[in-house]
Amino acid sequence: MNNTMIYMKDIIKFYNTGTVKVKALKGIDLDIKGGEFVSIVGPSGSGKSTLMNIAGCLDVPTGGEYILDGESVENLEPNELAEIRNKKVGFVFQNFNLLSYATAFENVELPLVFANIPAKKRRERAAELLDRVGLGDRMDHRPNELSGGEMQRVAIARSLANKPRLILADEPTGNLDSKSGGGIIDLFEELWNAGSTILMITHDQTIAKRTNRVVKLKDGLIVSSLENGNGNH
Amino acid sequence: MLNIALVFKMFWRELRAQKKRMFLTILGIIWGTMSITMLLAFGDGLRSQLNKNQKGMGEGIMIIWGGQTSMPYKGLPRGRPIRFEKDVVDFLKKRIPEIEMIGGEYTRWGQSVANKNKMFNRMVNGVYPEYETMRNMIPEMGGRFINQLDLDLKRRVVFLGNELADDLFGAKTPREEIVGQSIEINGMKFTVIGVLKKKMQMGMYSGPDWNRAVIPATTFHSIYGHRYYHNLVVKPHDVNRTEFVEGRMIEELSGKYKFNPEDESTIHVWNFIENVKTFNNVMLGMQIFFGLIGGLTLLVAGVGVANIMYVAVKERTTEIGIKMALGAKRFQVMAQFMLEALLIAFIGGAIGILLSVIITKTLGALEFDNEALQWLGKPNISTTIAIVTASILGMIGIVSGFFPSRKAASVNPVESLRYE
Ligand SMILES: Nc1ncnc2c1ncn2[C@@H]1O[C@H](COP(=O)(O)OP(=O)(O)OP(=O)(O)O)[C@@H](O)[C@H]1O
Ligand SMILES: [Mg+2]
Repeated sequence: MNNTMIYMKDIIKFYNTGTVKVKALKGIDLDIKGGEFVSIVGPSGSGKSTLMNIAGCLDVPTGGEYILDGESVENLEPNELAEIRNKKVGFVFQNFNLLSYATAFENVELPLVFANIPAKKRRERAAELLDRVGLGDRMDHRPNELSGGEMQRVAIARSLANKPRLILADEPTGNLDSKSGGGIIDLFEELWNAGSTILMITHDQTIAKRTNRVVKLKDGLIVSSLENGNGNH
Repeated sequence: MLNIALVFKMFWRELRAQKKRMFLTILGIIWGTMSITMLLAFGDGLRSQLNKNQKGMGEGIMIIWGGQTSMPYKGLPRGRPIRFEKDVVDFLKKRIPEIEMIGGEYTRWGQSVANKNKMFNRMVNGVYPEYETMRNMIPEMGGRFINQLDLDLKRRVVFLGNELADDLFGAKTPREEIVGQSIEINGMKFTVIGVLKKKMQMGMYSGPDWNRAVIPATTFHSIYGHRYYHNLVVKPHDVNRTEFVEGRMIEELSGKYKFNPEDESTIHVWNFIENVKTFNNVMLGMQIFFGLIGGLTLLVAGVGVANIMYVAVKERTTEIGIKMALGAKRFQVMAQFMLEALLIAFIGGAIGILLSVIITKTLGALEFDNEALQWLGKPNISTTIAIVTASILGMIGIVSGFFPSRKAASVNPVESLRYE
C-alpha cells in the first residue's frame, strides 16, 4: 500500500476575476501514499478547496505536474477527466450536494448510472452501500426527510459507489453538530482501516488529530506537513 | 447511461416550477401541430375530392362554343355568328391528329319530360356515343349509354340524369326497373335505356348532368331539325398538349369560317384542364400559406421550449455541477435537457395530433347534405401526414433542446459547487 496516490509538483492555480488575478495556489508540492488519511487545515481562503478540486480532477491547475494513482492527468479531455472522477475519486462536500428530488437510493445509484453499470448490479451495490453507512432503512427517503448526519452518510455512500482509489472530503462535518460530526469521522476512520486513501479538509483540531498526517496551508502554500504518529498501516 | 426515472422526476419538477411558461409553450405546440396536421388532412381530402369531381365532368376535355365576330375580316363584316355544322367534327379530326375524340352536342332547354302525370321542364341533349367516355356519363347497373345502333336507327331512346330519374320515377324505384320504361318528351314516346350513376361534378355548362335527358344526336336532329351544334366536346390524346390543340383548332376554324384568329369573341373554349391546374395552384398556395402559419407557430413554440430549458439550465447549475463531480460525461449532462425538451414537444404534439384525429374522425362520420361541404371532401390523416408532423416536432425538440443542453455541458462545476 505504499504506492503514491497523489503526486503534486509545483502546482499553481490562478483565477482571473475581471481586474484582479487571484493566486489561490502558488506552488504546491504534495506526496500522499495509498492508505493515508490526511487532513488539510488552514485559514479561510488559503486554497484548501482549490487544492482538493485539483486533486479530484474537478479543476485543472494553471501550472505544475499532477500524477494521480500513477497516471498523469495533464492534457486530458473533459470526458476523460469525467471518467477519472467517476471511477477513481469520490467527493464528499460540506453541504452534502445531494440531488434534492432523488431518493437516498437514487443518489447513491447515480455514479453507477454514469458508469453504465447494469441496473441489477447497480441496485445491489446501492443497497449494500446504504446498509454499510447504516441507512438500510432510509433508502426511499429524500434528502429533506433526512437529518444532516444522515445526508452526509448518503453522500459518503455515494462517494464509494464505484470503489474509488481516493476519497476527497471538503469539511464534511462543517454543517453538522459535534455528535453527528463525530459519527461521520468514525465512518471515515472505518474506511481508512479498510484500506481507503482519504484527503479531508477540516477546521477542527480534534478531528485533524484523528488522521495520520496534517497538512497546513497558508496563502496558497504548504507551510507544514506533520505526522500524528497514529499511522495504523 | 441514464436513469430514466430520474429524468422524468426532474421533468415533473420543472413542469411545476415553470408552470405558466410550460403551459403557454405546450399550448403553442398543440396549436401548431393541429394547424399543420389539419391543414395537410384537409388538403388531402380536398385533393381526392377534387379528383373525383374532375372525373364527374370528364377527364382531359375541352368544351368549345361558337360566338360572333367582333372584327371585320377579309372584306366580311363584323357581327357574323360562327356556328358549328355537322361537318366540323370530321374536319377537325382530319386536320388535327392530336385530337383523340370529338363530338358535337345539340341542346334544347325547357322540354317537357313526363312520366304519366309527372311532368318536368328539362334540358334535352342530342349526342354521340363518344360522349359517354368524354363526359364520364356512366350508367347505373342494368342500364347503358347511347350506342352507334341507336344513332343509325334514330331510335327513340333516352339516357336520364339521376335526379331527373328520381323526379320521374321516385328515388326509391330501383334503377333496373326504370330501364325499359317509357317516358314522353314533348309528347313523343321514348324508352329509357340507362340512368346516370350519381357523381360529383365540378364545373358545368348548359346545366348539370343529373338533370339532363340525353338522346341520340340523329334522333334529336330529326325531331328538332337543328342545323347547328350547341357546342363541341374535344379530348386530346395528351393532356399536356391541350393548349397546343386549342391553338390548332382556332387556326383551323378561322380558315374554315373565315374569321380573324386574333378575334377572341368568335370561339369560346373552356379548357377544363387549365382550370383544374389553376385551381390546384391556388390550393397549393393556400396550403403553403397555412403551412407557413403552422410552421411559424411551431417555430415560436420551439423558441419557447428553448427558453424554458435555458431557465432550467440556469436554475440547475448546482445539479449539473453535482453530476459532473460524480463523473457524468458531456452527453450525460446534455441528455437530461435534450430529453426534457423532446418531452415537451412530445406532450404538445401528442395532444395536438389526438385533437386533430378526433376532429377529422368526427367530420368523417358526419354526412353532409350541404353541397358546399361536399366539395370539401373528407379530411384524412394519413401515415405520411403523421410521419411529417412527428418529424417536425422531433426536429423542434432536438433543436430547441440542443443549445440549452450545450450550455449545461459548459457549466463550470467548481463555480457551481462553491459553497458560500
Ligand atoms: N472560481 C474562483 N474565482 C475566483 N477566485 C476564486 C475562485 N475559487 C476560489 N477563489 C479564490 O481563491 C482563494 C482560495 O479559495 P479556496 O476556496 O480554495 O479557499 P479555502 O481554503 O477552501 O477557504 P474556506 O476555508 O473558506 O473554504 C480565495 O481567495 C478565493 O476567493
Ligand atoms: Mg473551502
